[in-house]
Amino acid sequence: MERLHWIRHRLQRLLPGDGGRGWYSPASTLSTKRSLDPPDSPDPGGRRLSGKRRSVTPRHAPGQSQHGSSRNYQGNGIRTTKYSLLSFIPKNLFEQFHRVANLYFLFLVLLNWVPVVEAFQKEITMIPLAVVLFVIAVKDALEDYRRYRYDQRVNNTSTSVYCGKQRRYVERRWAEVCVGDLVRLYCNDIIPADMVLLHSSDPGGVCHIETANLDGESNLKLRRVVRDLQRQGLDFSPETFSSRIECENPNNELQCFRGYMEHPSKARVGLHIENLLLRTCTVRNTEMVVGFVVYAGHETKAMQNNSGPRYKRSKLERRLNTDVLWSVALLLLLCFTAAVGHGLWLNSLKNPFFLIPGDPPPLLAGFYMFWTMIIVLQVLIPISLYVSIEIVKLGQIYFIQSDVDLYSEQTASGVQCRALNITEDLGQIQYLFSDKTGTLTENCMLFRRCTIAGVEYPHHDNAQWLEQYEEQDTHSRPHTLRSRCSRKSLSCRSLSCNRSSVSLHTLASQSDTASQEPAHAHGAFSRTMECMVAPDPLLQLKLQELPRPEGAAAAELSYILDFFLALAVCNTVVVSSPTKSQHVVPVPRTPQRSLEDMKLLLQKFSLPRFPHAPSSLHPDTPAPAQSPAPSSFPAPSAEGAGLWEECDDDDCGEELFYESESPDEAALVQAARAYGYTLQARSAEHLVVALPGSAPLTVPLLHLLPFHSDRKRMSVVVRHPVTGRVVVFTKGADSVVMELSRDDAAADEEEEHQAFIREQTQRHLDDYAREGLRTLCVAKRVLEEAEYEAWLKKHVLAETSIENREELLLDSAQRLETNLTLLGATGIVDRLQDDVPETIEALQRAGIRMWVLTGDKQETAVNIAYACRLLRPSDQLLTANCESKDACEALFSRLSEEIHRWEESQAASVGGGGVSGFTLVIDGRTLDWALGAELQGAFLQLTQHCRSVICCRSTPLQKSQVVRLVRDTLGVTTLAVGDGANDVSMIQVADVGIGISGQEGMQAVMSSDFAVSRFKHLRKLLLVHGHWCYTRLANMILYFFYKNVMYVNLLFWYQFFCGFSGSVMTNSWALIFFNLLFTSAPPLLYGILDKDVSADALLGVPQLYASGQNSEAYCRTTFWLTLLDSFYQSLVCFFVPYLAFAGSDVSIFSFGSPINSSALLIILLHQVIESRTLTWLHGAVLLGSAAFYYGFSLLFSVLCVTCNSPTDPLGVETHAMSQPLYYCVCVLTTVLALLPRVSYHAFHNTICPPDTVRAGLMDRLVSKEYWTHVGQWTDTPAPQTLSVNADPSSTTDRPPDHHNVLS
Amino acid sequence: MMASSYNAKEEDGHHSGSVGPGGAGAVKSRKPDNTAFKQQRLPAWQPILTAGTVLPAFFVIGLIFIPIGIGLFVTSNNIKEFEIDYTGMDPDSPCNMCINSTTPCRCSIPFTLEQPFENNVFMYYGLSNFYQNHRRYVKSRDDSQLNGDKSSLLYPSKECEPYRTRNGLPVAPCGAIANSLFNDTLELIYYYPNKSSMSIPLVKTGIAWWTDTHVKFRNPGGNNNLTAAFKGTTKPENWQNPVYELDPTNPENNGFVNEDFIVWMRTAALPTFRKLYRIIQKKKDNLTPTLPPGNYTLEITYNYPVISFDGHKRMILSTISWMGGKNPFLGIAYITVGSVCFFLGVVLLIIHHKFGNRNNNADIPN
Repeated sequence: MERLHWIRHRLQRLLPGDGGRGWYSPASTLSTKRSLDPPDSPDPGGRRLSGKRRSVTPRHAPGQSQHGSSRNYQGNGIRTTKYSLLSFIPKNLFEQFHRVANLYFLFLVLLNWVPVVEAFQKEITMIPLAVVLFVIAVKDALEDYRRYRYDQRVNNTSTSVYCGKQRRYVERRWAEVCVGDLVRLYCNDIIPADMVLLHSSDPGGVCHIETANLDGESNLKLRRVVRDLQRQGLDFSPETFSSRIECENPNNELQCFRGYMEHPSKARVGLHIENLLLRTCTVRNTEMVVGFVVYAGHETKAMQNNSGPRYKRSKLERRLNTDVLWSVALLLLLCFTAAVGHGLWLNSLKNPFFLIPGDPPPLLAGFYMFWTMIIVLQVLIPISLYVSIEIVKLGQIYFIQSDVDLYSEQTASGVQCRALNITEDLGQIQYLFSDKTGTLTENCMLFRRCTIAGVEYPHHDNAQWLEQYEEQDTHSRPHTLRSRCSRKSLSCRSLSCNRSSVSLHTLASQSDTASQEPAHAHGAFSRTMECMVAPDPLLQLKLQELPRPEGAAAAELSYILDFFLALAVCNTVVVSSPTKSQHVVPVPRTPQRSLEDMKLLLQKFSLPRFPHAPSSLHPDTPAPAQSPAPSSFPAPSAEGAGLWEECDDDDCGEELFYESESPDEAALVQAARAYGYTLQARSAEHLVVALPGSAPLTVPLLHLLPFHSDRKRMSVVVRHPVTGRVVVFTKGADSVVMELSRDDAAADEEEEHQAFIREQTQRHLDDYAREGLRTLCVAKRVLEEAEYEAWLKKHVLAETSIENREELLLDSAQRLETNLTLLGATGIVDRLQDDVPETIEALQRAGIRMWVLTGDKQETAVNIAYACRLLRPSDQLLTANCESKDACEALFSRLSEEIHRWEESQAASVGGGGVSGFTLVIDGRTLDWALGAELQGAFLQLTQHCRSVICCRSTPLQKSQVVRLVRDTLGVTTLAVGDGANDVSMIQVADVGIGISGQEGMQAVMSSDFAVSRFKHLRKLLLVHGHWCYTRLANMILYFFYKNVMYVNLLFWYQFFCGFSGSVMTNSWALIFFNLLFTSAPPLLYGILDKDVSADALLGVPQLYASGQNSEAYCRTTFWLTLLDSFYQSLVCFFVPYLAFAGSDVSIFSFGSPINSSALLIILLHQVIESRTLTWLHGAVLLGSAAFYYGFSLLFSVLCVTCNSPTDPLGVETHAMSQPLYYCVCVLTTVLALLPRVSYHAFHNTICPPDTVRAGLMDRLVSKEYWTHVGQWTDTPAPQTLSVNADPSSTTDRPPDHHNVLS
Repeated sequence: MMASSYNAKEEDGHHSGSVGPGGAGAVKSRKPDNTAFKQQRLPAWQPILTAGTVLPAFFVIGLIFIPIGIGLFVTSNNIKEFEIDYTGMDPDSPCNMCINSTTPCRCSIPFTLEQPFENNVFMYYGLSNFYQNHRRYVKSRDDSQLNGDKSSLLYPSKECEPYRTRNGLPVAPCGAIANSLFNDTLELIYYYPNKSSMSIPLVKTGIAWWTDTHVKFRNPGGNNNLTAAFKGTTKPENWQNPVYELDPTNPENNGFVNEDFIVWMRTAALPTFRKLYRIIQKKKDNLTPTLPPGNYTLEITYNYPVISFDGHKRMILSTISWMGGKNPFLGIAYITVGSVCFFLGVVLLIIHHKFGNRNNNADIPN
């Protein structure tokens, strides 16, 4: 029962999103690669719709019978099970016999049916096959049953579908939903099928969906009602809907949907992904939506994207396979020897009457004997090893996942093993490729400083505050960190539970009873402290002067205002607040304020004119500075912390949560908020922004040109709330925006000013980059109405076009984003994750070469590298930036020479070889050259002399190319770790892909082999679990080979005394069970639980990792030594009893009895010798195995009178065990067989102990001495570390009380 | 801390729509249990084999093995054994004439025992180069038939082919093993110093395992009327008498439970083997040895052909000890292994003193 539970448990782990997270379970493991290269992958953009398409008409519509056009499409029921009750046995068997191992068994079974070669009774040879088939079948059945139950649950979920006959919505099961149905969903409902959004209760015709079930991203995505239908307003009537939808055939592209809707009037409206509600997503923030099902069941995009767990082949397994081939060769050799021997033996006999007449001539008999021997010696090929390895890996995964050290309180998740069979690769990593953002850093962006109009605002308070926070952080981590990550998964449902129930009550009561009162009470509680931005005093001061700007100050002020307005509006942030279930502006209301208020505001803001309007360059005198509400203005305050809570409007004091796809957007909105520019709500067409001291203003949002990786920027087109003009705000990467803001045409004063701003900004940007900040530029463009109209026309065209829509939209956006006026730039800090420097140092000392591949700027990357101690101050930086291939080639050779020279001088002075302290920094363009076929070699040679490599400005494709190049050319084991979609390709290419479940959604995790929540977990995962998994598995595999060869050779030696006739000296049951039952459990336990070195030692002395990297535990030498030892042991185990019984009246089975039993003892004790840990579990299993063997053979020899015809073992064991000779033989055999191995270990471990043994010995010391030894060890650098950090505390990462011992 | 616990909940349930204020109450943490087993911290014994830890074991083994070896060696040496090859390959041998004889042939070989044989003396016949362990030979029997199963008696197992039926009748006992039953008769005659002779009484029973005679081998239909029981069967091709007339002197020792037959049916493990033939029981008075030294004659009824496979036939007289028959190997092996262990222990001791302290005081006991 426990085992069953365990299997279940691991199945749950196996499918990462069990329990509601994923409505998709892997349809079949066969289609693992489907999502990567779909069979009919359409080339993006170029695909003609006319090729394959489907046409869907509403089922309820008049004139459409129930068997309308939708009949041909699949229903919504899903079946992810592989088998049905009836088909299970044949189908499962069919699948199982696709495995080579099972075919081998089958071959043996069939072979045994051939009378001339028959070795055992037929039923006995079937046992191994039956056992293996049974075990796998049970596993498959359990898996399938789980899927079945899951399908049932999904299919039986009810939803409301419009019924044409009853003219109302009726409850239906999901499975009964058909293509062409109209489905009504409410907030928080899960979408049952892919449907086109026809109606939303939202007046703006939008609806939010959460795609967490699909891709793990918890931010809300906007979906729009089909454009024409929106006008129908609130009263959407399903009866009258009779349009036809034409769309492409089902595919797995989540980001793409093309089609059009044809109304009865033959008018066509284009459809795209924004109109499609995807199955398994959740409706959020929208009361009610109605959708029109276009894809159902397995044809939905969600189902098409299903992919099962990943199967990779580990390095160890590849090695194992070659050794299995060796044992095949050995088997053939033994069989051939026997065949020849039998032939010769037959030939030498004249006419023995004990031979059964009718024996074939010697040659043929030898041939038959060959096959008989294959049956007899079948165990030599360790087929059961494969099953055992699978079981062991499951056990290893179980322990990795249960490691409490790898559990992160912050994200409430531990390590997730998604690939089941590469645990041991974790212990062999030689190259580690890491993303930077979100992997080394938190990817939790904090606004740090900004430059506006060429003036830098350092935000010193902010910096101090951050430091303070970090200190605080260590004390009050649980609370603060929790609130930080809560941002990640906000949604209207989780909002209310986002804080403790106490505060929820407080909030509720407050909003009920005193909605007009400012709700200051809860402000301090729930606001994420980290998001706080302490405004810069200077900037604050300038803003304060707002009412009375003069001259240049006014111009600057307008820059400042626009800058913050841009920060507040130029984003895709979704606003949510705990007190409103609907945080989208319900109705785009025109001024809610009284006209008087409005007037005042306008007066206040009309003063600073925009530079583009020449008439307002020198503004008039300010309007009445005494606004009716002076106190409402942000007052500069000594405590920065209070600043952003200033407003006492009823809408203002309330908590707002900003959710965004990229964390820096939220940080910027947060920053704008600190200065009083609060984004309060957004709808598809409007934004509500509270400006300092004013009531919230509605900003009409005309267009949103979302971020695109090619453009590297995003823009919004809004009507300026104050001036009423159309303004484009653009925010993007500095290189791009600076380029676009260059305008050579005009050279007037204003332009000069711009040029000055650009120059200053560029300088500040460089500073920021040096500081390791992420930079973003903000720019704007004021459009004349005519200009706007002209652009709009083309844009609408682009939007409505069905074909090439993406490209046209891109063009359209690029047309708009020209002639920009640079407003300023922001510097955002991305803090390093906890313990990253320590982790990197440990990994480097473990001999892992670390490469950082980032899309960031070079300066930022280098800076972060210093911060995380990837680079040390003493390191020499080699920078490779070149413009052409030739330059690149020259550079490489120059750098190589430089290294060479340095190394020579080093070798002369120190005499130590190894890797130098060089670090190569290479940028994207140079990397392109370097990855080319011609320079690959030079590049790799160069990098091999460098301890680390930093690739900046690299694209996702380059990342994967780099990994592939290193992996394939150098033949090393690689690990890639990343957190974002841009790391997916790299993660998939590497031998081991690790995803960090961070802020950027789950794509990286979905494609990874292991998912961790923090970078620091890599340390234990690799150094401890990796090492253990590798050593355990390697030792287990060697043990398996040993065990099989040792036992099988006993049978082989006997052939020399039975005329090579294929006789065995044991009854065949014991023979078959020997491997299957008696000696199968200990190696499994050994593979799961053995610890050669304690976790503490592995963490304290990372150099121990090298043993796995160099494959020390399982290499050619150890394999052949093991084989040699097993030959020796089998010789001893056979010939000691032989000599003891030679010439006596011993019968076959009586002869086999001591051999078998001493073989068992030897094999078990061999395990004890090889084990490095023996717990009570080991003891129990070892004793259990021995007891099982003796119990079985004794019972068998007592009870089996005629059960095993023709040769019954009745009385054999009892007789043998009643004789002292039996024990004499067993003891002598066991001791003699194990003597060499024990002596070898004793000599080796004493004279030249391997590192792992030294560490194991160290573990036994009392703690004080222990740390002295660790210190000694780490002070004498292993070859792979060149310089050892001088800081003793960093070398060991131990509790403080140990430090004094070290220093 | 309530605020900190909601996340686990949230991760788990995506389908629950309504979350009330009490939602934070029911929390299921995914945090792994911090138990010794799950965290792999079970108390463990860590055997690291170093010179320091191994050398006591070596000394102990040496000290135990050497005395055992001496004991075994002495025991083996005290066993008296006499062996005589009566194949008759040597032209001078009295049995040479019987080699090619087709009719029953008698020959007698005189021999002399130098030493007295005390206690029960076991008389064996030995065959060499006889592969009783050949795969197909071993299987050529039907244990059900031998167990007295009536249907198997008349319809023997296929394994017996081609010794399953003869002349249309089922063979009882079937199979190659039974067919090749050893059928020489050996008798011992002792010549007193006064030249008078005496046939030494040979006991035919008690030579097979108890389980064989009482459980494994049974006559069909009880032991009352064997002739009737075996009606409808025929004797194996090479046999002179049917199975129910194997021992004309003792009706209890006939049929499948005939002990000579049972001993033969327990196939030997090695091509050179001996099988217990008769027991010469010790004298009641315990004063005279069972076989006093002196002249004996082995009277052989020579039936069994071994020339065809270059085999040899021997007659062995042996006393027996607690460790079985005479075999000096075990004693020597024990002494050797014990000495090697002792030697290794000394070497390890030296190594331990030379290297042991270098390795972080490896001898600190666990």
